[in-house]
Amino acid sequence: MSSTATLELPDVSIATVDKAKVKLDVQNLDFFYGKNHSLKSVSIPFEANAVTALIGPSGCGKSTLLRTLNRMYALYPGQKATGKIMLDGEDILRPGVNLSMLRAKIGMVFQKPTPFPMSIFDNVAFGVRLYETLGKAEMGERVEESLRRAALWDEVKDKLQTSGLGLSGGQQQRLCVARCIAVKPEILLLDEPTSALDPISSAKLEETVTQLKNDYTIVIVTHNLGQAARVSKYTGFMYLGELVEFGETAEMFTKPLTVRGSDYITGRFG
Amino acid sequence: MAVSARRVATRRLSNVLFVGFCFAVTVIALGALALILFSLVTQGIGGMNLDIFTKSTPAAGTPGGLINAIVGSIMMAAVGMVIALVIGILAGTWLAEYAGVSRLGAIVRFLNDVLLSAPSILIGLFVYEILVFPFKTFSGFAGGVSLALLAAPVITRTTEDVLKLQPIALRESGVALGSPVWHVIRNILWRGAASGILTGALLAFARISGETAPLLFTALNNQFFSWDMGHPMASLPVVIFQDALTPYPDLNKLAWAGALLIAGSVLAVTITARAFSREPKR
Repeated sequence: MSSTATLELPDVSIATVDKAKVKLDVQNLDFFYGKNHSLKSVSIPFEANAVTALIGPSGCGKSTLLRTLNRMYALYPGQKATGKIMLDGEDILRPGVNLSMLRAKIGMVFQKPTPFPMSIFDNVAFGVRLYETLGKAEMGERVEESLRRAALWDEVKDKLQTSGLGLSGGQQQRLCVARCIAVKPEILLLDEPTSALDPISSAKLEETVTQLKNDYTIVIVTHNLGQAARVSKYTGFMYLGELVEFGETAEMFTKPLTVRGSDYITGRFG
Repeated sequence: MAVSARRVATRRLSNVLFVGFCFAVTVIALGALALILFSLVTQGIGGMNLDIFTKSTPAAGTPGGLINAIVGSIMMAAVGMVIALVIGILAGTWLAEYAGVSRLGAIVRFLNDVLLSAPSILIGLFVYEILVFPFKTFSGFAGGVSLALLAAPVITRTTEDVLKLQPIALRESGVALGSPVWHVIRNILWRGAASGILTGALLAFARISGETAPLLFTALNNQFFSWDMGHPMASLPVVIFQDALTPYPDLNKLAWAGALLIAGSVLAVTITARAFSREPKR
């Protein structure tokens, strides 16, 4: 990190996004795993109906950030978040927020596919049944629509009653996406959704994300820089619990504004 | 460094020796099992006839069967398993999902392990003290409770173990859909762990179906056929124990038949349960 050309670059660079377009606004977020201070005053806006990628080396806090957005951390005593996360003008970190309703709005897909031990149909219907009482026909339609949007319908339409565990890894992951969008959320959180998949399945999942991006606010954590560049409109680069650089993906990948961002993107570290 | 042929040879030799040792030990274990089953079948098959399933236990020299003991055993095992399944599954779930690394969890886990290896005769004495002595009568119900105390720790332990094998991400994806934790446990985790919990239940069933000591102190025995769990009740293990010790060959024969029945029914229940719990079609 000593090349002279980069010396004038700022330490941190956070681009602004038109406030009117922001769906989810993280403001001065600090996060603690017990005494471990793992997010340091992170402020990042997520634009509505756009994909924002979070990149950075392992342990930089990007998954932690993602897990605060649906308050998944609340499952574990000893984990604590302070600051504000505004969703439609409401702070979701405030005590007393109804977590079920919050999570109905914010879906999440995990690193490893997690099909439930039940049929493909029931996997997709599982979340819907938590919130809505649908008739048989309506539920059938909802399941079909969700599977179509997740680009899985054609592969499973003849075996909806077989176990979700019987699908391939890539199909399982798209099943998880379908399960998520069946609830009709507004935001999708994707935590390294392709890291356990082979390249062909990854490409399919990416395609799915691309098809969804106009209708959902998507936040994707990824180690795959190519993926970030392909699917996202904005990118945030995190390092040691800090948001170091945030801006439009196209700009960030061609002309990073910080030394650390540039080093990471060019593969000099991380 | 050069490759040493001697080292490779030594390692191969030790490998052969170790595999051979494992094989020999397996043969010994299976051999013992085969011998037991062989004598059980050869001695027990002779005593098998229709009377076994129609008549109650006889006095020496008169014809009779085991129906009172069979029914008693089934009823007490059923009571025992129902109580043990409720306690065991809930306790195991609590240990795996809620107790975490808390002190209370550690204490419960430790005590459960102690109970798991408690001598069954002590369990019998304990139930005698709380359910037989105060009510002034031996009873089938007390027998069932003592069997439940033997089965519950086995089920608790296996339930905790198989729930812990379920990936954390599975819990989290249920929760991420907005499902309350208890709903996730009931509808996702128990389902995923079902075949493991069933294995635990079968182990427990196999353990209690041959237990004699706790029943001696609780259900005692009954020469006559009875559905009444409020009174002394016959059971196969106790009948075997008593008849095998008599000098009468016809009673000895009945004991062998009873032993064969227990072994056969444990096998049958295990096979049936396994068949029903096959992994879903892939």
